[in-house]
Amino acid sequence: MKPRLSRRTLLGRLSALLAGAAVLPAVQRAKAAVRKILVTANAPPGYDPADHKWVMAVDAHRCIGCGLCVEACKQENHVPEGPYFRTWVERYILAKPAPGSGEARGDVHVDSPNGGMHGYPASPIPAEEIQHSFYVPKLCNLCHHSPCVQVCPVGATFDAPDGAVLVDPKHCIGCGFCIQACPYGCRFLSPVTKVAEKCTLCYHRITRGLRPACVEVCPTQARVFGDLKHPGPDDPIQKFYRKNRVQALKPHLGTEPRLLYAGIDKEVR
Amino acid sequence: MSIRTKPPPQPLWGLLIVLYPYITGLVAGAFIMASLVRVFRVTALEPVYRLSLLTAFAFLLCAPLPLLFHLGRPERCLSVLITPHLTSPMAIFGFVYAWYLMAVLLLELWFDYRRDLVEWSNRTSGLRGVLYRLFTVGVTDVSEPALRLDARIGRFLSIVGIPSAFLLHGYVGFIFGSVKANPWWGNVLMPIIFIMSAMVSGIALCVFNYMVLTWVRRRTADMRCLDVMAMFLFYALVLDAAIEALDWIHRVYSAEEGFVVMQAMAREKLFYSLNVAQALLGTLLPLLLLGGIQLARQSVPEIWRRRIYFSSAVLIMVGVLAMRWNVVIGGQLFSKSLRGVMSYKMEFAGMEGWFMAAFLFVLPFLILTVLIKLFLPAEPPRWRRRCSSGCSGLNDACRPPAPVQAERGGR
Repeated sequence: MKPRLSRRTLLGRLSALLAGAAVLPAVQRAKAAVRKILVTANAPPGYDPADHKWVMAVDAHRCIGCGLCVEACKQENHVPEGPYFRTWVERYILAKPAPGSGEARGDVHVDSPNGGMHGYPASPIPAEEIQHSFYVPKLCNLCHHSPCVQVCPVGATFDAPDGAVLVDPKHCIGCGFCIQACPYGCRFLSPVTKVAEKCTLCYHRITRGLRPACVEVCPTQARVFGDLKHPGPDDPIQKFYRKNRVQALKPHLGTEPRLLYAGIDKEVR
Repeated sequence: MSIRTKPPPQPLWGLLIVLYPYITGLVAGAFIMASLVRVFRVTALEPVYRLSLLTAFAFLLCAPLPLLFHLGRPERCLSVLITPHLTSPMAIFGFVYAWYLMAVLLLELWFDYRRDLVEWSNRTSGLRGVLYRLFTVGVTDVSEPALRLDARIGRFLSIVGIPSAFLLHGYVGFIFGSVKANPWWGNVLMPIIFIMSAMVSGIALCVFNYMVLTWVRRRTADMRCLDVMAMFLFYALVLDAAIEALDWIHRVYSAEEGFVVMQAMAREKLFYSLNVAQALLGTLLPLLLLGGIQLARQSVPEIWRRRIYFSSAVLIMVGVLAMRWNVVIGGQLFSKSLRGVMSYKMEFAGMEGWFMAAFLFVLPFLILTVLIKLFLPAEPPRWRRRCSSGCSGLNDACRPPAPVQAERGGR
């Protein structure tokens, strides 16, 4: 019987494998180069995306729910009017359990009227019945393994080498798959441009040495921003990591968010 | 638990995206129906072979339209083919679609029709004749060996077509099943559920089309063919119902994170479309009706069998449409933080309105009507009738048999 794997086919397959292995790094390099070009198109000349790793963190202990960040984001990024937000603030009110109920906690009330931009109505739960209440700013979770990037059919959304997850508005076809795939609800289809839109960490600002608008206006420094590749002296991000035990949203999905929170509760998803 | 988080104004994927997997499923199902004849040699189904193929073709032509119209920037749709992002399930649609349309369905139809096209182009004049001549692409060899080769290639294409049909629709299921952000969608069973429901709806569509066509042509439907179709429809429905039930049992039993919100959906927002339309009318009732006939076919008079088949087919088609609705719309009615549900208000006008959806659903039927006018004459062409000596009717020298009922409405 003829051997199933002859020398010739084996050699052929091995060389194909080798050729593939040789091509792969080149493909990856080309991909990285394309990304760099894409990024630098939005950034000032001389900005090297490979030289930075931007990250944001949220200290929910400090947030007072003033909504300035939401308003600043809307203005800075020309976010369309109506229920469209790149960042928003949720209010959590956890009630005390009913006496004798045997529960650790009562009702959970969550709201974010108009993204929390203009404050919140009076609490529906009377003050003496509240166990905890706190605010949670939400924005792009800057995932290591972004589902939104994975599912984009044309590669219009991509992980920039400097840590931002960006959308190329000239290439996006507006299918909305990334919006469905984002576990954190951080994307929307712009009613104006009809393409996907999201938090860019104010890319036009950070590439010019400024901080994102929401960080800039936050009166309590609940939002912390920094460059992991160039930690400055007394760097707020490093300090945040040192001082807090942090957690990410929906860790079971394996998206590995780089946006970390301090001071949130199990009710925050 | 009171909730008012940041809800999007409306579900992003509306009625058109409900229609997209529905139409694609009908294509896959109708094709499987046709391959029962070609690959598995279920000769009783011969009268619907060509009708199923034409049905699959008409619906396939319309399959990408809902997707296209729903895009935010439809003018950039070709980017999916030019700069596909290969980790995206959606990026592959263009290729799977092109493969299925060009390499499978169109070729199979052409090889199956080649001889007829040649004959018709010789016998017909005027615009119709020109059309037939165009469709022959200049290949007019209808010698015995050439026809034998046609038949062999046709069968090969059918064999390739079955996994392709599964691929086409299983892949549509994967678009939803791969979304781990959404507990309503992210599910390994999703592609299989989509394939099974596609087969069920496709066969039901063929039953529907066949019965309507025979009615329009004032013929009696071939009862043996209908019985066999109904049998396949029943068994496919049993499989489909079993897998969907398994999915639900698993969801209820494991009761994971999103279970509370799913429960709320099944009890309130999707009560009618899930429990009534999909489960009761679309699955349980046809199962009972068709199952009853499987048990006591001889004792049910023909007229009643016909009525039951027709109503079961319609019920199943409505049920599968409801299933697509429940998947697509249902998956968007709760917020990503699994808190709070919203309502979907259907519009009449506009791209995502129901007028547009109705148009896109009627369009394949219009195309099918034209195709039937052109390619499915009421009397099968003389050269296609099977002769009693079993030479598969390819031999012109054979005397055509007297037309029997079994061959009406088809080849």
